[in-house]
Amino acid sequence: MPDIPVNTLITGVFETLYMTLLSTIFSYLLGIPAGIILYVTGENGIWPSRPVNQALGAVINLLRSAPFIILLVAVLPLTRAITGTTIGPTATIVPLVIAAAPFVARMAESSFKEVDSGVIEAAQSMGSTVWQVIYKVLLPEARPSLIVGGAIAVTTILGYTAMAGFVGGGGLGAIAINYGYYRYDNGVMLITVVLLVIIVQLFQALGMRLARRLDKRHMSSFT
Amino acid sequence: MIQLKNVTKTFSGNKMAVEALRGVNLFIGEGDIFGIIGLSGAGKSTLIRCINLLERPTSGQVLFDGVDLASLDQKSLLNKRRSMSMIFQGFHLLEQRSVLKNICYPMEIAGTVKKARLGKAEELLKLVGLSDKRDSYPSELSGGQKQRVAIARALATDPRVLLCDEATSALDPNTTAQILDLIREINRTLNVTVVVVTHEMTVVEKICNKVAVMENGQIAEQGPVENVFLSPHSRIGKELILPKTSAGNALSVPGHMPEGACIRLVFQGQSAFEPVIANLALECGAAVNILSANTKNIDGKTAGQMILQLPPDAKSELHVKTYLKEKNIFFQEVELYA
Repeated sequence: MPDIPVNTLITGVFETLYMTLLSTIFSYLLGIPAGIILYVTGENGIWPSRPVNQALGAVINLLRSAPFIILLVAVLPLTRAITGTTIGPTATIVPLVIAAAPFVARMAESSFKEVDSGVIEAAQSMGSTVWQVIYKVLLPEARPSLIVGGAIAVTTILGYTAMAGFVGGGGLGAIAINYGYYRYDNGVMLITVVLLVIIVQLFQALGMRLARRLDKRHMSSFT
Repeated sequence: MIQLKNVTKTFSGNKMAVEALRGVNLFIGEGDIFGIIGLSGAGKSTLIRCINLLERPTSGQVLFDGVDLASLDQKSLLNKRRSMSMIFQGFHLLEQRSVLKNICYPMEIAGTVKKARLGKAEELLKLVGLSDKRDSYPSELSGGQKQRVAIARALATDPRVLLCDEATSALDPNTTAQILDLIREINRTLNVTVVVVTHEMTVVEKICNKVAVMENGQIAEQGPVENVFLSPHSRIGKELILPKTSAGNALSVPGHMPEGACIRLVFQGQSAFEPVIANLALECGAAVNILSANTKNIDGKTAGQMILQLPPDAKSELHVKTYLKEKNIFFQEVELYA
């Protein structure tokens, strides 16, 4: 029997869920507007602007190219400034959001690009403003694809939370490192892995189901 | 009502610029069903998008009721667009909205109150004959039904102009005929001016009263459909209007160059009932060769056309032409290319 109190595991699960969900929410609050800006200012967008598109694209690419484990350490001063501490689940949310928001922005951009440009043109021909096109056409039409993207984002962020365990981030990742890595307790390692797999499966299934349910293109494929 | 003055549009790509429109002048009158016909790449889709400024002309003016659209601020332009609705080859319905909500969309963005929106939408659904589909989603409809919904949606803001960009090109012949009937009905009952862009002459023949033939970003010829049909003078006009043989164009029969001159006869009204060719052969003693013939319904009137090859000697050629002139039958000489 692995040498770990059940309570510690339960706390670990909750901390992991707490970090994952909160980071996902903040990543979307930043990522969706960024994705919209990328899309509308793009070359064939409804409000083309090369400087805005390129500047935002450069920032996103920069953040996306930094490995998370390095970003985690590099933003420690910012983390302290925002949360007052650098350890624990809440502190981890800062680097998680910084790493995930650019990823969400790119995924949202690609979801928007899947929306038939003809539908956008039709909306413009009816006298829609840029803002009306965004919130009445673009967002609803891209909804199923955005939700599928959401499921992918959640699982990616979940993976990042485990890495945060290395720098005192808490959650299942921290348990796996403290018990499994430093104490060579393979049993605990295995339990944390199984729990993480179950959580990922749940999020993935939930996302897919929601996307299918909300998609009104019942019989047609994603074309 | 709509006037285009010397409109040009150039798309500048990375390597080369494409001149889609080169100095187009057009006048579309109130109540017209105006056809713009041309082959792919002639610039007709760009032209129709210049009418509601979805594409901004590189130079020239687009006047709507005498107002230069390019001079308007964004808000007034969006307002003008509401009186110029558009339907498309690909329908472009909102896939995530029900049929009824699709029709409500233009009224939503125009700020119509919800109750009025729904009432109007139901009314329009009835007009296009799809009341039973109000809660369906676009993916559950056939192409013809989708275009009906698109038409209902286009009429939601009581437009004065309906712009149709290849609206029937994705539909089968029967459905095309039904949609064209609907468009004509809308033109007559609601007094909506219609602009139809198409590559199919049959569409122009069936509903248009005026037509412009486009080639290479320019208008090759324009006028009432009857006149253009009677005597197309541009090369592209002839190509689109003159009857086709199974080999493609009647005007080019490779390796089979007829020797005598060829003429195209057009029969309208009464002359369609006279045995003209039989009489021609009997009275002139000329053995004419019928290369091609068909009848069409132009703007509600029956018209027939025929391409005849005349005997090679000049005397019988003159004889035939005199006879046709006497009988008041319109004809024009056409050239044959090897």
